[in-house]
Amino acid sequence: MTMTNLDQTVDPLLQEIVGPTPGQRLRGRVFGHMGLLIGVGVLGVLLFIAIFAPLLAPHDPYAQALMSRMKPPVFLGGTWEHPLGTDHLGRDYLSRLIYGARVSLMIGVIAATISGVIGTAMGVAAGYFGGRVDTVVTFLINVRLAMPVVLVALAVVAVMGGSLQVVIVVLGLLLWDRFAVVMRASTLQVRRRDYVTAARAIGASTPRIIWSEIMPNIANNLIVVVTLEMAHAILLEAVLSFLGLGVQPPTPSWGLMVSEGKNMMLFEPWLVMIPGAVLFVLVLAINLMGDGLRDVTAPEDRS
Amino acid sequence: MLKFILKRLGLALLVALTVSFISFTLLFLSGDPAASLAGESATDQDVAAIRELYGFDRPMLVQYSSWLMDALRGDFGESYYFKLPVASLLAERLQVTMLLGLCGISFALLTAVPLGVLAAIRPNSIIDRFALFLSVAGQALPSFWFGLILIVAFSIKLQWLPASGTATWKHFIMPTVVLGYYAMPAIMRLTRGGMLEVLSSDYIRTARAKGASEGRVMFKHALRNAIIPVVSLAAVQMGFMLGGSIVVESIFALHGAGYLAWESISRNDLPTVQALILVFSMFYIVFTFLADVLNAWLDPRMRTG
Repeated sequence: MTMTNLDQTVDPLLQEIVGPTPGQRLRGRVFGHMGLLIGVGVLGVLLFIAIFAPLLAPHDPYAQALMSRMKPPVFLGGTWEHPLGTDHLGRDYLSRLIYGARVSLMIGVIAATISGVIGTAMGVAAGYFGGRVDTVVTFLINVRLAMPVVLVALAVVAVMGGSLQVVIVVLGLLLWDRFAVVMRASTLQVRRRDYVTAARAIGASTPRIIWSEIMPNIANNLIVVVTLEMAHAILLEAVLSFLGLGVQPPTPSWGLMVSEGKNMMLFEPWLVMIPGAVLFVLVLAINLMGDGLRDVTAPEDRS
Repeated sequence: MLKFILKRLGLALLVALTVSFISFTLLFLSGDPAASLAGESATDQDVAAIRELYGFDRPMLVQYSSWLMDALRGDFGESYYFKLPVASLLAERLQVTMLLGLCGISFALLTAVPLGVLAAIRPNSIIDRFALFLSVAGQALPSFWFGLILIVAFSIKLQWLPASGTATWKHFIMPTVVLGYYAMPAIMRLTRGGMLEVLSSDYIRTARAKGASEGRVMFKHALRNAIIPVVSLAAVQMGFMLGGSIVVESIFALHGAGYLAWESISRNDLPTVQALILVFSMFYIVFTFLADVLNAWLDPRMRTG
């Protein structure tokens, strides 16, 4: 008797039973997706930096040193005392960048959470109940889309006074449109499925059906929109702060740093380049993660 | 068709009315305009006098309806800062912004559509990957930073293009690119997706089978059908772009409506801000309305909506 190679002799039916579990297949897709891995990796590093900012920053981000202003970064002939140089008030640029990660990530996470709660509630209600609820929600989405976000956010932040809290709340209250659109469409897709009908047949209450039958099945789309809107909120905060009507000095916001560096751009372009590049990398990482999550969780679009 | 247009028009008007009400309320609720107008050193009597002069002491709904009635006649009041009628200020500043918006959307269409078509003809080729990379990176690129990079590169280092102003066509090159690139990823993805879908359809196979040349298949048969959704997306993007012009105009010091928005917001010039929010949202509403009508005209299946 010869040894048979087990892998070759397993018949297809058995293969299906002992083959990779859905969890293993998901893991396989996740680790096979380059963009997702890069996005999660970079975002993880930035998150780590933001959380441990006090330990990582070489200097106090607010400490001014007027004797050592506009020191160039180390790769432009500076010293390791200030690896990325100092700004027009002599503050250590690297330390301000590190604390800036906190501002950006905090705005992204909290604003996306606020708008996510509003938009998901509206979208799921519209999709599930239909009829008048749907008409009202669709109308509200249309109204929201017609409002110029940058202009309204600027105007409201300007009259309320620019602070981190105001910016977060205003962005949170403005960016719910995509949540509502996507959650409405996703709910419409699943609400006629057999498991929803079955839950209704055994007498489950409406909140229970929505919470334990609908929500888990549209959660993958929700996660993708959360990442997109996080990136959106972070970019908008940077725009508002850049225009001088968002987070106010001396808060270390990346958009504000670009704006402060703008006046010295002619001679010291790195003052503008560095914070902008970090902002670009953060938003790119979040978008890569969002695109990747959509690829690995959407069963029908898988190639 | 007429019924669809009327229904859609009614919706557009209702949306416009709601937007105007919300924007009015937002600015109304956000503090005492009389106090900020009067300035730091004003006495209580000054504030009260200003409140009466501008009618801030009336109930909000009364103020809103009188503002709306005036606005419908094209009278947006007088700018607090410029001391000019807001309507004429807007008419003057909107010219630059409209020109910029048209240039921006043309740039986006002229680059994104060919790129999307090329990407769809050869999926997973180098061009396709390049297009995908551009669209992912483009969405993450902060517009204000992109604008400043262009200024550093082309105005300061190379000295090819002027950094600010509107004197010649050269002044519009960088603003056009910065405003237009933001619409590119969405247009490109939609063109690529539409082309891929159309190219696998039966009538393309038929066209090929009857011996039509590849160029004829691509342009006469495929692109004409794939471009329909792109047209309506472009209209929507055009509406968004006017909002994006705030950033672009402030970077390149173009004195258009976006710059006016920034100026009047920083100076608490409420009548101008209110008029601008209304005008910008009207543009969006008109563009999406036109796009919907165009779509319904091109594709009868849409008329049921």
